[in-house]
Amino acid sequence: MNAITTARLRGSDRARTMVTPEGIALPLTLASRGSRFGALLLDLSFIFLLMLFTTLGLIWLAGGLAGVEGLEASDGTAGQAMQFLLITWIASMFLFRNAYFLFFELGPRGATPGKRMLGIRIAARDGGRLSAEMVIARNLLRDIELFLPLVFLANASDGGDTGAAGLAATAWFLVFALFPCFNRDRLRAGDIIAGSWVVEAPKRKLETVMSVRASATPPSYRFGEAELAVYGEYELQTLERVLRENRPEALASVHDAICRKICWDPGHGDERAFLEAYYTQLRARLESGLRMGKRKADKFTRDG
Amino acid sequence: MSNGQQAIEAAALRSDRFRLEREGDWQKLEVIVSRMEAGRLRKLSDEDVLALPVLYRTVASSLSVARETSLDAATLAYLEALVQRAWFLVYGPRVSLGQWFRRFLGGDWSRAVRAIWLDLLIALAVMVAGVVVGWLLVASDVEWYHALVPTEFADQRVPGASREVLHDTLFGNKGQDALSVFAAFLFSNNAQVSILAFALGFAFGVPTLLLLVHNMGVMGAMLWLYHGQGLTLDFAGWLAVHGTTEIFAILLAGGAGLHIGRSMAFPGKRSVMAAAAEAGQRASLVMAGVVLMLVAAAMLEAFARQLIDTTSGRFAVGGFMLVFWLTYFYAFGRGSAKGATP
Repeated sequence: MNAITTARLRGSDRARTMVTPEGIALPLTLASRGSRFGALLLDLSFIFLLMLFTTLGLIWLAGGLAGVEGLEASDGTAGQAMQFLLITWIASMFLFRNAYFLFFELGPRGATPGKRMLGIRIAARDGGRLSAEMVIARNLLRDIELFLPLVFLANASDGGDTGAAGLAATAWFLVFALFPCFNRDRLRAGDIIAGSWVVEAPKRKLETVMSVRASATPPSYRFGEAELAVYGEYELQTLERVLRENRPEALASVHDAICRKICWDPGHGDERAFLEAYYTQLRARLESGLRMGKRKADKFTRDG
Repeated sequence: MSNGQQAIEAAALRSDRFRLEREGDWQKLEVIVSRMEAGRLRKLSDEDVLALPVLYRTVASSLSVARETSLDAATLAYLEALVQRAWFLVYGPRVSLGQWFRRFLGGDWSRAVRAIWLDLLIALAVMVAGVVVGWLLVASDVEWYHALVPTEFADQRVPGASREVLHDTLFGNKGQDALSVFAAFLFSNNAQVSILAFALGFAFGVPTLLLLVHNMGVMGAMLWLYHGQGLTLDFAGWLAVHGTTEIFAILLAGGAGLHIGRSMAFPGKRSVMAAAAEAGQRASLVMAGVVLMLVAAAMLEAFARQLIDTTSGRFAVGGFMLVFWLTYFYAFGRGSAKGATP
């Protein structure tokens, strides 16, 4: 029981509620710090690869250009073509560094490829529309959170200058890198400025209907009011999960637990049918209570 | 049809019958949402795009009903996830990047600039102070020049250089190729500096102010150098070609950074977070414009300055750019302002 409580609390630590304009409260789960860090690493490696391939491609083009017969290095056309390649390189490096995140987060998924792979996306913190300004704002700050300290560190390690400047850069880097660890909503500096946050992007399949299968076989088990009254919604959902996962050991142990609780002894070999029947009848009972406005959260709740 | 009917009748629970009757709509919405998320908009028919908001409301109301009547956790979780995904699309960034850009140029940018006027005034004062400080420091002790001006700038432009050498750095580069590579480099470099000035505003604006003072101090020191040889006006002209655009852009970036810092330090009646978000979104509009201005500045610096070799011509270009920006920011788009002006 203790383990279950802590598990529930841990789950609620990242749970937030968002109210849509239609007035429907939707549960949101904030992305964990680990998945955000993982997404960042993925994105950075994508950016690095893009930069690498662009650079190599341009060098290859430049090499091809130098090899063309009849074009001297001092020739105007060749010089201009080289200049053009160099400009392309500078511009593309700037764009990769600054526009990569912008481009993807403005798309319909609100996520960079790295975020998409880890199933997270950005959203407006107030439940409103995610605007282009938010995406711009949160990504401008990335510069001081990430790229600048990295440049600092690279410079410091290059020149062997690990004095006060190196220390200051490290401290700076840590303040911003660890920013998401110091607030409840795991916001980084850019999220605060933009009014955005990063949430999990859930994707679920529609599961099969439970009660159709149960009623395909004639109900061989009938439970009385007292036998159904021992459990509440929490136990019903646990039972649903066990039935959907359909692992024989789990079915057997849940079967044993329920039989002990309601003092039945139906014997072994028919656990699934028993549990399906119990599930359907328990759910029918709890749902009719629901329609009357009576809810029973779990087995500790008294019937009102 | 009959198959579905049988299944609905076979379901023992009322809530499962409810689900079986409606899951067709749910799955239709899921297909549309999945396609839109994958970016395959062209594969969607117009009917599907029009159906999205309707289906979204249908499924949202299914969710409300299911929450009150059903205890099927898997179905509820499915509906919640589906409604959330559809919500992101229905209430997502509706405008394309192109539309956003048109609105941005057509008034959003100038409105945002007007809205941060107080921060711009503070930034301007700080920048003027920076120039004065740079000048005074170098005037009192020449050694400061080397401390302020980075070495790569200071090729021949060092204290003690003759008038001719200094004059040559300002004029007579006409024969050179247009420095397009130099322009691209300048842009990339300046854009990064102004993004930095903006981003530093997050620390309550103090580092932004320091950065502005330092950058303008460099200018003050160089101004002193040229003044010593009686080239003040020529130097100002040399600077004005791109400077009116570039320094204006840096002013905007600093002002935008300050705006965030000031909103966080003095949020007023709002919460700090709400104030920061509001200021950040406004400031990011200004910043998007700053990048554009820096592109223009780099073009002017690399092309116009080499082509126009007289001080009066340079002042004309620089002055025109200044008037252009001021007109654009403070006279343009006032009519369409909807209470956004301060």
